[in-house]
Amino acid sequence: MYRIAKDSINLLFAKIAEENALYLPVDNEKGSSEYKKWEDGTVMSEKLNTVRSPKDFFFPQVENLMEFKTEGKNIQLIDIREDSEDFVVFGVRACDVKSFEVLDNVFLNEPVDTYYKNRREHGVIIALACTRPAETCFCGTFGIDAASPAGDISAWMTDDTLYLEPNTEKGEKIIALLGDLVTECGAEAVEAQQESTRRIMKKLPLADLTTDAFGGDKTEEFFNAPEWATLSESCLGCGTCTFVCPTCQCYDIKDFNTGKGVIRYRCWDSCMYSEFTRMAHGNNRLSQLERFRQRFMHKLVYYPANNDGMFSCVGCGRCLAKCPISMNIVKVMKTLGGKNNG
Amino acid sequence: MQKITRDVLVEKAASLLENGTVDRVLGWKKGEFDYDLTPAVFTSADDLKDLVWNDFCGANFSKYLIANTKKSASKVLVFLKPCDTYSFNQLLTEHRFDREKVYAIGIPCEGMADISKIKAVTGDGISSIECGEKINVTTIYSDDTVSFDLSDVMAERCVNCKSKKHVAYDELIGEEGDVIESGRFDEVERIENMTADERYAFWQNELSRCIRCNACRDVCPACTCEKCVFDNPNHSLENKAPATSFEEKMFHIIRAFHVAGRCTDCGECSRVCPQNIPLHLLNRKFIKDMNTHYGEYQAGAEVGSRAPLVNYTTEDVEPGDVFEGRE
Amino acid sequence: MAEIRDPLMPVIGVITDIRIDTPDIKTFRVVTPDGKKAFDHRPGQCAMLSIPGVGEAMFSITSSPTNTEYMEFSIKKCGCVTEWLHQAEVGQYVTVRGPYGNPFPVDDVFAGKNLLFIAGGVGLAPLRSVINYCRHYRDRYGKIDIVYGSRSKDDLLDYREIIEEWATDENVNVHLTIDREQEGWDGHVGFVPNYVKELGFDTDKVAVLCGPPIMIKFTLSGLYELGFEKTQIYTTLELRMKCGIGKCGRCNVGSKYVCKDGPVFRFDELDELPDEY
Repeated sequence: MYRIAKDSINLLFAKIAEENALYLPVDNEKGSSEYKKWEDGTVMSEKLNTVRSPKDFFFPQVENLMEFKTEGKNIQLIDIREDSEDFVVFGVRACDVKSFEVLDNVFLNEPVDTYYKNRREHGVIIALACTRPAETCFCGTFGIDAASPAGDISAWMTDDTLYLEPNTEKGEKIIALLGDLVTECGAEAVEAQQESTRRIMKKLPLADLTTDAFGGDKTEEFFNAPEWATLSESCLGCGTCTFVCPTCQCYDIKDFNTGKGVIRYRCWDSCMYSEFTRMAHGNNRLSQLERFRQRFMHKLVYYPANNDGMFSCVGCGRCLAKCPISMNIVKVMKTLGGKNNG
Repeated sequence: MQKITRDVLVEKAASLLENGTVDRVLGWKKGEFDYDLTPAVFTSADDLKDLVWNDFCGANFSKYLIANTKKSASKVLVFLKPCDTYSFNQLLTEHRFDREKVYAIGIPCEGMADISKIKAVTGDGISSIECGEKINVTTIYSDDTVSFDLSDVMAERCVNCKSKKHVAYDELIGEEGDVIESGRFDEVERIENMTADERYAFWQNELSRCIRCNACRDVCPACTCEKCVFDNPNHSLENKAPATSFEEKMFHIIRAFHVAGRCTDCGECSRVCPQNIPLHLLNRKFIKDMNTHYGEYQAGAEVGSRAPLVNYTTEDVEPGDVFEGRE
Repeated sequence: MAEIRDPLMPVIGVITDIRIDTPDIKTFRVVTPDGKKAFDHRPGQCAMLSIPGVGEAMFSITSSPTNTEYMEFSIKKCGCVTEWLHQAEVGQYVTVRGPYGNPFPVDDVFAGKNLLFIAGGVGLAPLRSVINYCRHYRDRYGKIDIVYGSRSKDDLLDYREIIEEWATDENVNVHLTIDREQEGWDGHVGFVPNYVKELGFDTDKVAVLCGPPIMIKFTLSGLYELGFEKTQIYTTLELRMKCGIGKCGRCNVGSKYVCKDGPVFRFDELDELPDEY
């Protein structure tokens, strides 16, 4: 374990930024925080988490895939892929770190998505332990310890000190880069903070929520549950939950004619949208109930079926805070799985 | 504090369900944290135990009437705050639902709280909120209760409330209020007084946070097209994400144009925006300009009124004059 | 990173032949610009065809894998991409990527068995590759029966090939039907499900079904009446697809992705999926 005084944190950022693009949560004037590129003078947000998840770093909302030049009947394909910049994301919370694992299972499984892999390989995650979780937090439900985030480096901030523990080779390299800025130290202060955070986690209103009722073998049990009708009754069919979700990974591929050629890009899409499964001659999910059900069945049943029981929710609570009608995965889990037992 | 209690609404709803006047009740259902109420349909007296009426009942039910009147065999009971009644009338003007299938109860509203204003003081970790004379908030981080006056944490749209008067109802509970001279155009004026560059920078900054979730559109009582142009894969405008920063603005600008003259300024767009973009200001600018150029007009004030933009008269201001007058 | 091809990145193809099959179906022959087959495939697999600027869509590869020279796609005009293709001319470049999905189990389950192919309308397109594959390796399979029906004689896909090649094969029985009487048609008239029942097949077969949902539904119950089990009936599904590699989420039904885990399914496998396809 390494330490640096909190009031020297700018030196640490500057050092990291010498060799990497450095991104970290920064407050905006709306009272929320968002990831921004660090430059001298940038102040890190003290907020619990960003409105947008850090999935953008690996799976951006819009990304150009390739270009085509067309001339008469001819088509030329242009590979526009470039090596990603080397970058470091500082301040990622434990839930969001786990979300990368959820996304990896999709994008890094064969056939590998090279756009995602490229960014993943060039990105270093410095994860920051939580000390003041919100009422909307339920990462513990998914076995995540907010006091002990994974990532290439795990970090803990106390009143006066930042502690760093490298977990991977990439993390070690950053520690090496920091050189004299950090000094080796014991883990006592970190352990004290962890203990306190874990005590708080137990007091959270959603602390008792479990996944016991859910899993890969529950399709039959839940698919035709009558509760979907009431749960989805007032769903607006917007994409807020999907787009603030760190694990939602559905996308669309579209072409954009620039006049000089065609850019094929992909962008986030949402299974909540009425057009999502529409084909020229039909749509297999015509009602909002079906679309709503798909999103939650995917997170709680289908994804676990394909990924050794891992759920595709990390309990970050963004959808709880942002859904226009305050309908969310917690209400779904409690309604379908019994009030306390998930 | 709201002037009527939840129990009054529940009692009313229960009796209307009981005597068969209505078979569906649109109301606010309790959530996990006292502030996260979900718009819900109640169909039995037993359901109604979860109905809530407090300082967090922001959701406007008018648009839900489109779907719910179709599902109802008798009538749908809807509780309407004064501002909701304007949306209600506007939807009727546009023939979006059958008035005969609705039993509308007007309820007085003292304004709704904005949870983000509360959290700005208390921080995260809210464990309970009690709405009474004061809004009393506790968190898991402190043994102390923090008390707020509703007026201190009121949502912007309620601070600038345009009317405490209901313009539509079958039955009114509580006292009727008045149309209010609000300061709702002050912020529009502030933006108008910016230089073009400043104004561009202002909107560029605000709209740069847009994640194109469509929540503003989907909640908007004026956005009732059965097929939105932005959802039509066969249309060149269809996009799920901004391909350029220009397009990002176009979505909101096109939407503002489309609802101009029909937007009642209910403020739902800004309430639901996950990125806190003050979208209502685009609509208010249109309202303000229409008031200036065509005379005072409030969409939804009465059923069947002709909005200035779709009501040609020979006295109409010339487009050129409008443009001249703007700068 | 340029050396690793991304699965979303297509190869360029060129249309070398366009055959008008029916009033709304054309068959397109595609090779790479240097005249080669773009990639190998197995019977029942699909490919993504696209015209940049118009869109990309998934189609079954209708030519047999045993054809090493080119690929064919029989495409019905019904959406953006297909309409564009229908007005395209020979020499038009397209992009193509694949092959996608699981093929029919021609080398294990089908081997040595009698086969019954049942198709309706453009539903013959996905079966053409497997039928021609089985005809190519004729000695590996038992008797082959093909029941194919369409609205009218003019709507029968691959009619010439069926009459001139399939129907003249030994041990291949072709049973054609059209929905309504038509001048110049002296074959069977009636819907496919009824015709299947009339023909009254033995159950010593593997059956493969493809066609509109309503045809599938009634043919299936007809086959059950004849004593067929779900485990001996296959079909191929069509859902909206974008990526073709089980990632974009569009064709997800239950824990399966039709583009990756399908499009070929056995009916008992489909029973395990939620009813959403």
